[in-house]
Amino acid sequence: MGDMVESLVRARGLVKRFGGYTAVDGIDVDIAPGEAFGFLGPNGAGKSTTMRMIGAVSPPTAGELRVLGMDPAVDGPAIRTRLGVVPQTDNLDLELTVAENLLVYGRYFGLPRATVRARAAELLDFVQLTDRAGDRVEPLSGGMKRRVTIARALVNDPDVVLLDEPTTGLDPQARHVLWERLYRLKQRGVTLVLTTHYMDEAEQLCDRLVVMDKGRIAAQGSPAELIAAWSTREVCELRFPLTEGGPGPAAHADALAPLAARGLAERVEVLPDRLLLYTGDGDAALSAVLAQGLQPVSSLVRRSSLEDVFLRLTGRTLVD
Amino acid sequence: MPGPAAWSLFLQRLTAHRHYWRSSAIGSVLEPVLFLAAMGLVLGSLVDRGPGVPGGVGYLAFLAPGLLVAAAMQTATGESSYPVLGAIKWDRTYEALLATPARPVDLVAGHLLYVAFRVTSSAAAFLLVLLAFGAARSPLVVLTVPVALLTGLAFAAPVTALAARLEEDAAFAALQRFLLVPMFLFSGTFFPVEQLPAVLQGIARATPLWHGVTLARDLALGTVSAGPALLHVGYLLLWTAAGAVLAARALTRRLVR
Repeated sequence: MGDMVESLVRARGLVKRFGGYTAVDGIDVDIAPGEAFGFLGPNGAGKSTTMRMIGAVSPPTAGELRVLGMDPAVDGPAIRTRLGVVPQTDNLDLELTVAENLLVYGRYFGLPRATVRARAAELLDFVQLTDRAGDRVEPLSGGMKRRVTIARALVNDPDVVLLDEPTTGLDPQARHVLWERLYRLKQRGVTLVLTTHYMDEAEQLCDRLVVMDKGRIAAQGSPAELIAAWSTREVCELRFPLTEGGPGPAAHADALAPLAARGLAERVEVLPDRLLLYTGDGDAALSAVLAQGLQPVSSLVRRSSLEDVFLRLTGRTLVD
Repeated sequence: MPGPAAWSLFLQRLTAHRHYWRSSAIGSVLEPVLFLAAMGLVLGSLVDRGPGVPGGVGYLAFLAPGLLVAAAMQTATGESSYPVLGAIKWDRTYEALLATPARPVDLVAGHLLYVAFRVTSSAAAFLLVLLAFGAARSPLVVLTVPVALLTGLAFAAPVTALAARLEEDAAFAALQRFLLVPMFLFSGTFFPVEQLPAVLQGIARATPLWHGVTLARDLALGTVSAGPALLHVGYLLLWTAAGAVLAARALTRRLVR
């Protein structure tokens, strides 16, 4: 315990089993105040289960868990008083209006009516829904419902906000609006803990993240650290014509072996539809490929992303 | 034991109810008017021309308090079946509430508080109709409202427990068809259970509805006595308490896992 600042969330060897199925398989996590912390991983990696344990609504099977210095198994209500939760599926009260959803929710935290009223007005302004305050929730768009859910999660002025897949199912424009709002929250010093299977979301929002796969943590660090540790600076993506019965990307990979031998590519990943050349200099690698006589139908040189980190760590892509 | 979050849920449900209280209020008045007119007055005139119901009261006076309680059973069951499963599974509002300091036991208590409100207000409307029909024989008739409340809760609590265990809503239709409708017809609302064969009489007397109907009738007709009344109340409270405990347990198992 050399930490100067006490962790808001601290897990050691945290395990969750459902019958014979192990959803979370012994993870260690420390989340510091004011940080935006992410759990990145594909569906079924154990992210949501971890979030539910942190949210004090799912008792751990084994291991140690402290949230805000308390034990969720004992102090559940006291912990939840100081959390804001944005679940994966919106669970607003569809029989109520937008404003009523916030006002009614605030009462569960034992807040005075006037306080809730003032905060609700402020939060509706924050999520840009003041003009919809009196509307029923039901007919709102997915993005708007999400924003109501986020406003509701903030009604108790939480120390930590848990966001489970905050933008899944939203169109790109709605996602950007949400990211911008979450970024503002982060700037106000609110601790954000989020799960996502979108690497761009993780890169945009997270100061630090863990990559989860099959209930375990495969790696952790800042997005930049993870990319530096597990990938190359650049990636050259090559697509070859896919003809029925013709050579697949794997066959072309063999042709690229000499490149790797000459140090132009550190690693070659074969995906069903394309080849990824991991390299320090993508343009140089591409020139070498063309000089080799290979003729990809398209090519793309880009910076490495967390998607590449995940691929390297697990051999699979994040979104199948 | 339930805490303050139960009250918050009660207020939440009340806020939702405000959006459609008019149609619900109209139903609470219209239904007793129709039933008491068709069965109490019209059918009753036939019954009263024959040997009539025991005790020498008119059929309307016999029927009305029974129907008041049977309506409470329907209201309470309706509020505790689909809406509870919906709050767990479809709209997931209970999930949202469990992210606050609220616990499953608070949700059960808050839900039952709301059912209590719904049953009491409908029973009060029914009582006004009953009085307007001149079906009361004793001032104690006002106590049929708390009896309706107790009977409503004796159904609401176990049905909530059932809803908390269900994956599909098909069981509610079966509950209605195979338990509630037979109970409604054979548990003393329309005729004394003494008319039934002995075996069926025993079954009828075991239902919470029979206890509620019998007590309400004794009050409305002024024939109540303390011993049996306490027994009826105790039996209804037993169903409520057992149902509430099972409901809290089922909700915990379902949502806190």
